Amino acid sequence: MNYCVYCYERIENSLTWSTWLTVEKSQALCASCAGKLEMISGKRCKVCSRAWSSSICLDCQQWRELGDNIERNYSIFHYNDTIREIITQWKFRGDYLLREIFRNELKSAFENQFANNNASLTIVPIPLSESRMQERGFNQSLALAEMLDAPVKQVLRRKSGEKQAKKNRKARLKRDNPFSITEPLKQAALIVDDIYTTGTTVRQAAQLLRLHGCPAVYSLTIARS
Amino acid sequence: MHMDKLTSCSPRLLAESLSGKRLLEEEILLPEKCFQVLLSTKQLISIPAIENQKGSAKCIRCGNTSAHYFSEYPCGICQRKHLYCRRCIQMGRISECKPLYIWNGAEVHWPNHPNPLTWEGKLTPAQSNAAAQLEQAVNEKLPACLCWAVCGAGKSEMLFPAITAALKQGKRIALASPRVDVIRELFPRLEQAFQDVTIEALYGGSEHQAGKSQLILATTHQLMRYYQAFDVLIIDEVDAFPFYLDKSLMYAAKQAAKKQSTTLYLTATPRKNFRLQMKLGKLPHVFVPLRYHGHLLPVPKLKLSFHLSSQLANKKLPAAFRKWLMNRQNHQRQLLIFVPKISMIEELKEAITLLLLQTGAISTTEELQAVYAADKDREAKIIQFRNRELHALITTTILERGVTFPSVDVVVLDAGHEVFNEAALVQIAGRAGRSADDPSGEVIFFHDGKTDPMEKARQMILDMNERGRKL
Ligand SMILES: [Zn+2]
Ligand SMILES: [Zn+2]
Repeated sequence: MNYCVYCYERIENSLTWSTWLTVEKSQALCASCAGKLEMISGKRCKVCSRAWSSSICLDCQQWRELGDNIERNYSIFHYNDTIREIITQWKFRGDYLLREIFRNELKSAFENQFANNNASLTIVPIPLSESRMQERGFNQSLALAEMLDAPVKQVLRRKSGEKQAKKNRKARLKRDNPFSITEPLKQAALIVDDIYTTGTTVRQAAQLLRLHGCPAVYSLTIARS
Repeated sequence: MHMDKLTSCSPRLLAESLSGKRLLEEEILLPEKCFQVLLSTKQLISIPAIENQKGSAKCIRCGNTSAHYFSEYPCGICQRKHLYCRRCIQMGRISECKPLYIWNGAEVHWPNHPNPLTWEGKLTPAQSNAAAQLEQAVNEKLPACLCWAVCGAGKSEMLFPAITAALKQGKRIALASPRVDVIRELFPRLEQAFQDVTIEALYGGSEHQAGKSQLILATTHQLMRYYQAFDVLIIDEVDAFPFYLDKSLMYAAKQAAKKQSTTLYLTATPRKNFRLQMKLGKLPHVFVPLRYHGHLLPVPKLKLSFHLSSQLANKKLPAAFRKWLMNRQNHQRQLLIFVPKISMIEELKEAITLLLLQTGAISTTEELQAVYAADKDREAKIIQFRNRELHALITTTILERGVTFPSVDVVVLDAGHEVFNEAALVQIAGRAGRSADDPSGEVIFFHDGKTDPMEKARQMILDMNERGRKL
């Protein structure tokens, strides 16, 4: 018997043609919970994945003017109440199992959006600070990375004493980078993380990677807020 | 979840905050130094949070032993896999990585309150009979006593004498319920009744978090943080819950009570094993068969309607329902309509609206609303209904208990559905006739075949009325 990892409802597996064909893809969520997640579909900004009617959104145009250092970010879901609650329980409460909710979509996004075009991508997780690691015991970014069929290299480290102050974007970008690099990466990198909000974190990571010889940095995130 | 920061480390404050609890390090908000001193002096001792013997694990905090509430994570600190409990994860994760801490320092002496009761109301004869027995159970240190009181008996007042007795003797008391609404509702009433006693109400998101008072109101979850803390534990509305919630409440209660303690159970529908213990004379108990207004309980009418469940599945309403609507005794009463599943609410809302419009029960579509557990506007709709801005409300079993409306008729569509067990049906029937002004609402169970729970629920109500008549 299968249970929904989120609400514990039983998942009824009706045997249809489609379940025959996708028999190895077991579902983590019941139909009701799955129905509350919204995939980003339709037109989106080709740089940051925000729902957007023209090709590049205003924010990304600004990034471009500053000299952007990521190729693009691809996000899978809209950041709605349900995904916020799921991510909170997964990341902050430490309910590791909930990453299973994202497994299938993350894999297909990886294959369709990145792997097919770039065979030598290396996945780079966003590092967790020491104190966060003491609290949670796992790094959510690494937990996502490890679900993908590609090499994972933890080449970034978080400097100690880093705090996520709420400064404006320019100040945040200019401010000292919270990361340091342990080893230069010569292949293109894919950063995998849970949420893309302003894009500052991924760009700070990209800045360092690029500085040390990484040819291109991409980003794959579960939700676009 | 956080506790008040312990600004000073005075021994008394420490003992009050930490004794009688079983906490994770993150819940003990002490300066690191102070925490280390307490550990090295063995005033705090650590115990494993998950017992894992021969492959069968148990969460020490919530008592979970069922495998599908456990999962694993690869620990980035220890570089190995740890089991963790998913059942109580809302309270902070219990895992093999981090121990729980229990207080081993000086005992706390709670004050004796010579005259704590500031309530001046009067109990009805039925209430005072029960109140006296509960008080006696506290005074004689009986391990347990059960109060079987009908819905609407006015149970909080009945507790005052027992709580008074405990406070006089300097005992620590907790009142626990699986339902937040119950805690929220009782808190101001207890504050009123015991004005000089510090009371805290603990529930997810509550303003109180420290839980260091002599008198504590707590949800099941919050009770899980306590360990051998209370001399008197009052458990409200224990039964008729999803089995797992029920089981964890009983575990939490057992853990939170001191070895020598009195547990008082308050219920309208005692579980089977309690009824058996009562029968065998092993569980002292007392009945409150009459409501505070002194009237008997409305007895449910079982109305047979062939093919009811298939009709409902096709969004059709039974003819018997229409007929009853046309002929009900009092058209002023509001209507509370229970359906077995959330999905049915949306499926049937249109048909019910139409029927109520046709029969003149409502004059506009806005007079009917539907609520279910995850409904964001749940509170607002309940208030609207209570203020009579709505005439009818369709609901799932979430409104089966706790919520009271003064004058309603109660309808259950497909009462034979498995979600309507005996206790749920008794509770649902208990929504009718709650006020002295209109003590006799109708209760109708529409079904397409009598079930055991229906018959038993009706019988339980008839038995109570029989006891009530003798008073
Ligand atoms: Zn647990
Ligand atoms: Zn560990």
